Amino acid sequence: MKSKTASYPYLIWMALFIVIPMAMVVFFAFTDQSGAFTLQNISTVGRYSNVFVRSIWLGAIATAISLVLGYPLAYVIAQGTERRQNVMIMLVMLPMWMNFLLRTYAWMTLLEDNGLINNALAALGLGRLHMINTQGAVVLGMIYNYIPYMILPIYSVLTKIDPSIIEAAQDLGADQKRVFLRVVFPMSIPGVISGITMVFVPAVSTFIISKMLGGGSNLLIGDLIDMQFLGSAYNPNLGSAISLVLMVLILICMGIMNQFDDGENEKGGLMI
Amino acid sequence: MKRFKRILASFLCAGLLLAGSVQPSMATGEDAPAPDTGVTINVYNWGEYIANGTDGSMDVNAEFTRRTGIRVNYTTFDTNESLYSKLAGGGASYDVIIPSDYMISKMAREGMLEELNFDNIPNFQYIDEQFRNPEYDPENKYSVPYTWGVVGIFYNKNYVDAEETKSWRVLWDEKYSGKILMFDNPRDTFGIAQKLLGFSFNSEDTDEWDQAASILKQQKPLVQAYVMDQIFDKIAGGDAWLAPYYAGDAAILVEENEDIGFTIPTEEGTNFFVDAMCIPKGATHKAEAEAYINFLCEPEIAAANMDYVGYSTPETAAKELLPEEVQNNEIYYPPQEILDNSEAFVALSDEMNLYLDSLWAEVKMGGPGETATLIAILVFFLLLYIGIVVYKKHKRKMQAA
Amino acid sequence: MKIASKAYTALIFLFLYAPIVVLVVFSFNASSTRTMWGGFSLRWYEKLFEDQMLLMALRNTLIIAVVSAAAATALGTLAAIGINAYRGIARKAIMNVTKFPMVNPEIVTGVSMMLLFVFATRLLGGSSLGMVSLIIAHTTFCLPYVVLSIMPKLHQMDPHLYEAAQDLGCPPVRAFFKVVLPEIMPGIVTGLIMAFTLSIDDFVISYFTSGTTQTLPIYIYSMTRKRISPEINALSTVLFGVILLLLLVVNLRKSKDGKEAAAE
Repeated sequence: MKSKTASYPYLIWMALFIVIPMAMVVFFAFTDQSGAFTLQNISTVGRYSNVFVRSIWLGAIATAISLVLGYPLAYVIAQGTERRQNVMIMLVMLPMWMNFLLRTYAWMTLLEDNGLINNALAALGLGRLHMINTQGAVVLGMIYNYIPYMILPIYSVLTKIDPSIIEAAQDLGADQKRVFLRVVFPMSIPGVISGITMVFVPAVSTFIISKMLGGGSNLLIGDLIDMQFLGSAYNPNLGSAISLVLMVLILICMGIMNQFDDGENEKGGLMI
Repeated sequence: MKRFKRILASFLCAGLLLAGSVQPSMATGEDAPAPDTGVTINVYNWGEYIANGTDGSMDVNAEFTRRTGIRVNYTTFDTNESLYSKLAGGGASYDVIIPSDYMISKMAREGMLEELNFDNIPNFQYIDEQFRNPEYDPENKYSVPYTWGVVGIFYNKNYVDAEETKSWRVLWDEKYSGKILMFDNPRDTFGIAQKLLGFSFNSEDTDEWDQAASILKQQKPLVQAYVMDQIFDKIAGGDAWLAPYYAGDAAILVEENEDIGFTIPTEEGTNFFVDAMCIPKGATHKAEAEAYINFLCEPEIAAANMDYVGYSTPETAAKELLPEEVQNNEIYYPPQEILDNSEAFVALSDEMNLYLDSLWAEVKMGGPGETATLIAILVFFLLLYIGIVVYKKHKRKMQAA
Repeated sequence: MKIASKAYTALIFLFLYAPIVVLVVFSFNASSTRTMWGGFSLRWYEKLFEDQMLLMALRNTLIIAVVSAAAATALGTLAAIGINAYRGIARKAIMNVTKFPMVNPEIVTGVSMMLLFVFATRLLGGSSLGMVSLIIAHTTFCLPYVVLSIMPKLHQMDPHLYEAAQDLGCPPVRAFFKVVLPEIMPGIVTGLIMAFTLSIDDFVISYFTSGTTQTLPIYIYSMTRKRISPEINALSTVLFGVILLLLLVVNLRKSKDGKEAAAE
């Protein structure tokens, strides 16, 4: 099938709407308002390094907790009968079909000082907990929104493991713990890696969750970018510079992740 | 809303209002709806800033459409600064916008506003003399005032003593740690710090702004959240006890909730603001936009509208249609000595604005941070990447050997 | 062990569904507070269906989703076939461009498109971003998903089939429709459904490219910023109900098809 021409419309489309916009971000990042070359924007990004540190830190915590919570669930689901597996996976995916703004909004109702959780705690005679507008609330929002992205790839890798390999290990005298540690877990690494990527990338760059649950004082990189483009400090040049740094950071992270993911090169992320 | 019905009664025959839930459009409409013109104007206003038909109020936009056949695509913003961003770089074209005083003069200076044709806005005659040719629009070319007001402090009477709220200092009181809200926009937030320090809002002295920023950073650990319209829920629900906000919103907060009080801090003085209707450069339906502005200036409409939103009207003719207790309420129509003790925002110079933006980001995000930290992060990840690549190559070579 | 794993699963599902249950329950609340129960009422639903702006936003969302899903599927199908013919570095480069929007932070994609669209509208003398820019943006971020759901199907296909058809005198275009298309159809359908749902759900990219046009997620965002009314809970409940219904229908059909296939 020699039909390269079929892809030309697509290639033109992607050049117009992916490559050129990215080039514009780079252009804006290195120019000032009058369009003259400057390094001012890029050097100003350094002033916001604590926002980067906070975003990466919170994103990493959210990713780690998602992994710890999500892996066992994926494992349990993969053990069930096929029918059961389908139902459970559907249940994991269902909340994702609701708009994330609504899901995050629901957590506001739950977490407030006079919210449902605190009212329940008070009714039980336990003290009230201050939860909303803290970093913990932001992390919770990230986990809630992105944990299905951790569960699904791990599950799909686990179901693909050939049961005869596990049987072989058992026949050779490995106990359950060893089978898991030596056979199942190593084989599920590609799923874990893609889960980590799929949670970490959106968590680091999110901008509404921190606004809704973090009270506007636990701002993340996404909020900082939004602030420069449509928010309270109009400066698209600085915004582009921050976007550029964020993009570079994410691409390096993706590169690292890809190194753990041998073989299947067309399924995973970018081939850097 | 009880108040609203009384207003309607004041200029309509009372017979129509026997039933408690008469639709406003039925009540005001003796005439049939105008035919659809096929024109839609884009109106961009503050959140919670127009009567929208809830609680028995008039649905102002629907009434406009009914009378003129012009449809309204009504969207909202939450700060002057985000309005500016959206216009400057968001690729959005609006027909009517309602910025505040200082933003109007900034936009006019930058050529972002269209000159109004007052022949299309005959109802400008109702605007009181003191609101004409204001400082932010000296020749009154670009704007028609919509509302005005002052900034004060909302507080929860169960926890906060009214006496304390006479000074902005209360917002720095550690007793209320975690229960204080602040504005989520730079001018209003810095304004409070500036008044507390005894500075002008419109200072061009970076040192004064630095001092204001530094006391705001001190205050930050006590602040629960930086918000705009979310204050309604947080204050009404008891989640926060203290919040500076615009006096007009007392109509929603104080009148509907007896735990909530409102004080205009007299000790240091406060901010006096005017929000006015403008047409941005390049508006596609200028004449229709002017018709909309004219409509909102009609005293009956302005009264019905202000009765719902709670802000103060710049039209005596409209004010007189409001119930007596509103007209005499010092929250909405404060006495002259409070007005004399307050200051309006003026547009800052471009350099000052840029400086303020960076200070504001610092207050909210903490910092300023070190460039070295950011470089260290990037280098760390890069080295990790290179390390892994080299290690894998090495391993492969070993295996091959 | 069994009990432990069951309890664990139950806990995670409690975490996943508690917020949704809260939204649904409070949509029937007669009082307008978010946390106090004031009796059963349908008033928020009534209000919802009277909200003209909301219905307008819903209409916009559906138009954008249909148009951009169709465009992305058409472009993406052609693209997959074309890319399949590339080898080596060229293929690698194209695949990287394809995957780029999937790994790039959404907010960066959003602002980059906004920069382009604003520049282009100024250049072309247009007035505002809106439906056109939204459709282009949605088509763009859906395209990679369509391409990647079709590529594996092409990979699995026996390349000789197409050649055989041509050897038997079938013109290339006809051979494509008769031989290739049926083989990759499942991939195309998956891609189409994915594009449609991604478009309906998108907030971040729409937020930056919408100008004055409102889509449902943008309208929801403006609702969450205001004084909050339980109308938003009613809206969530309606949306959740629709999704649940759709999924049930799709699944029932699937299991029916499965049974029929098994019967044959």
